Amino acid sequence: MIEAYQAVVLVPYAAAVVLAALPGYRVGAVGNVIASAAAFAAGLWLMLGPQTVGNYAIVDEFNVLFLAINTLVGFTTALFSASYIGHEIETGRLSPGFLRFYHAMFQAMMGSMNLALVANNIGLMWVGLELATLITVVMVGLYRTPQAIEAAWKYFILASVGISLAFFGTILIYLAGQPVLGEGLPSMTWSLLQATAGRMDPALLDLAFIFLLIGYGTKVGLAPLHAWLPDAHAEGPTPISAVLSGLLLNVALYALLRFKMLMAGQPAALDPGPIMVVMGLVSLIFAAFMLYQRRDIKRFFAYSSIEHMGLMVFAFGMGGPLANFAGLLHMAMHSLTKSSIFFAVGHVAQAKGTQRFAEIRGLSVTHPRLAVAFALAVLAIAGLPPFGVFASEFLILTTTFARLPWLALLPAFGLLVGFGALLLRLQDTIFGEPIGPAHRVDASSVPMVLHLMLVLAAGLYLPPLLVVWFRRAAELLG
Amino acid sequence: MKLAYEISHLLAGVMLVASFALLYQQRIAAVLNAFAAQSITLALAVAWAAWSEDRPDLFITAAIALGLKGVLIPVALHRTVTRLGVHREVEKVVGVGMALLVGLALCGLSQALVVKVAPAMAGLGRDELALAMAIVLLGFLMMIVRRNAVTQVVGFMSMENGLILAATGARGMPLVVEVSVAFSVLIALFVFAVFVFRIRERFDTIDIEALDRMRGDRR
Amino acid sequence: MTAEVAVQFLAQGAQMALVLLIAPLAVGVTRRVKARLMRRQGAPLLQGYRDLAKLLRKESVLAESASWLFRTAPYLIFALTWVAAALVPSFASGLMFNWAADVVALVALLGAARALLALAGMDVGTSFGGIGSSREMMIATLAEPAMMLIVLTLAIAAGTTRLAGVADFFIAEPLAVRVSLALSLVALVIVALAENARIPVDNPMTHLELTMVHEAMVLEYSGRHLALIEAASMLKLTLYLSLLICLFAPFGMAPAAAGPGSWAVGLGAWTAKLLLGAALLGVWEVSIAKMRVFRLPDFLGVAFVFAFIAILLAYLSLGAAA
Repeated sequence: MIEAYQAVVLVPYAAAVVLAALPGYRVGAVGNVIASAAAFAAGLWLMLGPQTVGNYAIVDEFNVLFLAINTLVGFTTALFSASYIGHEIETGRLSPGFLRFYHAMFQAMMGSMNLALVANNIGLMWVGLELATLITVVMVGLYRTPQAIEAAWKYFILASVGISLAFFGTILIYLAGQPVLGEGLPSMTWSLLQATAGRMDPALLDLAFIFLLIGYGTKVGLAPLHAWLPDAHAEGPTPISAVLSGLLLNVALYALLRFKMLMAGQPAALDPGPIMVVMGLVSLIFAAFMLYQRRDIKRFFAYSSIEHMGLMVFAFGMGGPLANFAGLLHMAMHSLTKSSIFFAVGHVAQAKGTQRFAEIRGLSVTHPRLAVAFALAVLAIAGLPPFGVFASEFLILTTTFARLPWLALLPAFGLLVGFGALLLRLQDTIFGEPIGPAHRVDASSVPMVLHLMLVLAAGLYLPPLLVVWFRRAAELLG
Repeated sequence: MKLAYEISHLLAGVMLVASFALLYQQRIAAVLNAFAAQSITLALAVAWAAWSEDRPDLFITAAIALGLKGVLIPVALHRTVTRLGVHREVEKVVGVGMALLVGLALCGLSQALVVKVAPAMAGLGRDELALAMAIVLLGFLMMIVRRNAVTQVVGFMSMENGLILAATGARGMPLVVEVSVAFSVLIALFVFAVFVFRIRERFDTIDIEALDRMRGDRR
Repeated sequence: MTAEVAVQFLAQGAQMALVLLIAPLAVGVTRRVKARLMRRQGAPLLQGYRDLAKLLRKESVLAESASWLFRTAPYLIFALTWVAAALVPSFASGLMFNWAADVVALVALLGAARALLALAGMDVGTSFGGIGSSREMMIATLAEPAMMLIVLTLAIAAGTTRLAGVADFFIAEPLAVRVSLALSLVALVIVALAENARIPVDNPMTHLELTMVHEAMVLEYSGRHLALIEAASMLKLTLYLSLLICLFAPFGMAPAAAGPGSWAVGLGAWTAKLLLGAALLGVWEVSIAKMRVFRLPDFLGVAFVFAFIAILLAYLSLGAAA
């Protein structure tokens, strides 16, 4: 009898093995969708099931929602990818032989992310995150153009450094826990470590957290460690950009937060709050300004991801129940919205055959429905009501203002700057004289619309169940 | 007991010397040999820890380190370099002397950090931790100051060597972590092999500077 | 009591005479081993003595631009090097003047001798001398800090800077495998090669401008001055070999306050080790090529790095063991 938390990891891995053996990309695409649907079902089942704390796995309020979102976005991305990839083959950017590889890797990546989310053992968490990262590295280089290779190489180098530093931090945590919990498995179990953190050596915990912050922070895309992010988003296939922005960044942040919770248990240790606030603000404002210079549509939204991750880190750095609640809500909303944006971007890129802003104009004339969807998605990410992103951003700003009024000016400023850039680009893209080709769009619009509707619904009405969940998770975060 | 300590210390010290050798060498073949030497020393250090502390599971780690990183990967890289036909010198960002000096500073830094941070740890564990941290930082330094794609990966692998040494020093870390570390090495190598060939295909060189011209931020 | 003092005095004097007498033999052994390995006959072992005697008999020809420095430098250099060589404990560690045998003093004496030689090389105003002096000082800039770090590492390990104290410490300690010491050994060997103008740093047999360092400085000397300088360089080699033996292989050395019996044993052991070291040097010189001059800073940098790591590790184990 497989438990839900085991299913959510094993199903994708098993699917990866099967998909690697299947010939033909169409069959593979269908298989991909089925496997993702199964994983999503497991994720929902997990939400409804009881919480567990085991030696290797943990299911508590904090990760159960992210597992559900992870599997949901995985499912919708698989749907999108199934229709999108066909087009890529037609235009000759990819060959069918690669696609078998692509689908298997997709499932393996989802499985690894789920593993990281569900792990109670800090070593397993690290393994899951590293595997997911390495697989995305390969996927980013899929198109084999010089730019893609450069992006993938840079990503590989930076990710490897981040991985190694994070592993070193993991070892240091183990060393801190060893005198208290003894040798072996208990010292690597997160729940036990968190419970006994008060008895651990604060200086060692400080050093460990620094390494973990730099290591996992590289994967979250915090400035100045963000250098891999824009290129990786721009050069990889669009489904991968969606997964990167929507999921992998979240999982990395989740790992960082688990360790923040650990640090919270030891009052004598360094308070991660101020550092996270500063790094978040730097990322936010830096990315917001960089938005103005971008001429490639995917790179543009990659910087938007950096901006939002910065905002989230800022929120979690502020701490306290409201800010944590807002941060968690924002993680969920951003995940859904950003992936829907990348779906839309994928459609737009197919429609115009290019990724450069200068060549994408007048969508309202050539592809009206796409233009509406794209506009809504951009407005959603810009933080306009009634979408969910507005709710979380508003909450973050008000709690900051209530506690440190002058500090609230900075994220507000950053968000406004970003808002301006988004609107500017939106206007250029939607209105104006159409130029260039206007191809038919082959990809399915369902995922994009589905996500937008979810974000809209969450903005209007958040079900009490979810509110309770978020609140409890916020309390855990301290 | 003191002899056990001395030998572990000696092996870790030799690994550190190999890290400096990696910074010092100017030909790719010499860099690969220094890396092989470091990995073999790592295998010896882990095997010694397994024998003297009576932890038989570490023998597996030692065997993996020896087989994979001491033999397989250097041989594979040698052949890759020959096949790529790249000219054999390593392009540098800073000179050897400067790199060595910065390496020394990093050694001092890691020592100062460990002494400050872990006074409660047992003597042997602390020394190995300081040396392991220095090796990790030196591997990182090598990735930064050498512009060649092969040496960047070698730098990363030597960082991993330092990590495995640190994990060995941490008594009782379960086998699952060690096996997964080994597994990650495999994945990393696979990724690397795929990439170096692609880079060579597209750029006719594995000098990272050539890649830099493709940087998207300028667009 | 007076008899004891007299015996001690004699022993110290014997050490002074001993290093002077054995120096040409050590160099002769090196040369012979090199020649034999290169399948030549090689000069006889005692050729060093004959060379010195020949030079002493010959007339010393001085350039017109030579100053008093040029004339007096050889004597000073010889004296400084001889004192330094005599201070290093050879067959016994507790001899009469051992309180003066401080590692730092040793470095100072050798440094003074080198400075004088460099000045003398520049004194006559030829370009060869200038090249030699500048290269020598470049090497010194890199080798001396390494040397200081090495002696400090040993002093930290032994708890004293007196050479005799260090030697006693290493005799007393069982043959422990210590990283810091191993690294110091390698660093000291590199420094010794640099200081003695041996391959790969400098070639003692060459007279090509491109490759000279030491030889360039002494090009203008002849007769008794050259004899003194040659003797000084032989003494320097003996000094470094003796230092290496005293620090890293001191077994057989008579401890302090021992009788003539153990002195005899120590004497035999020391002579054997010294000549073995000279032979090994010959083998080394044959097996390796001379390094290009601009690679020298890197090479000596390696010595510095090793010495630095050694002192770091010594500090670590000091903190741990203490």
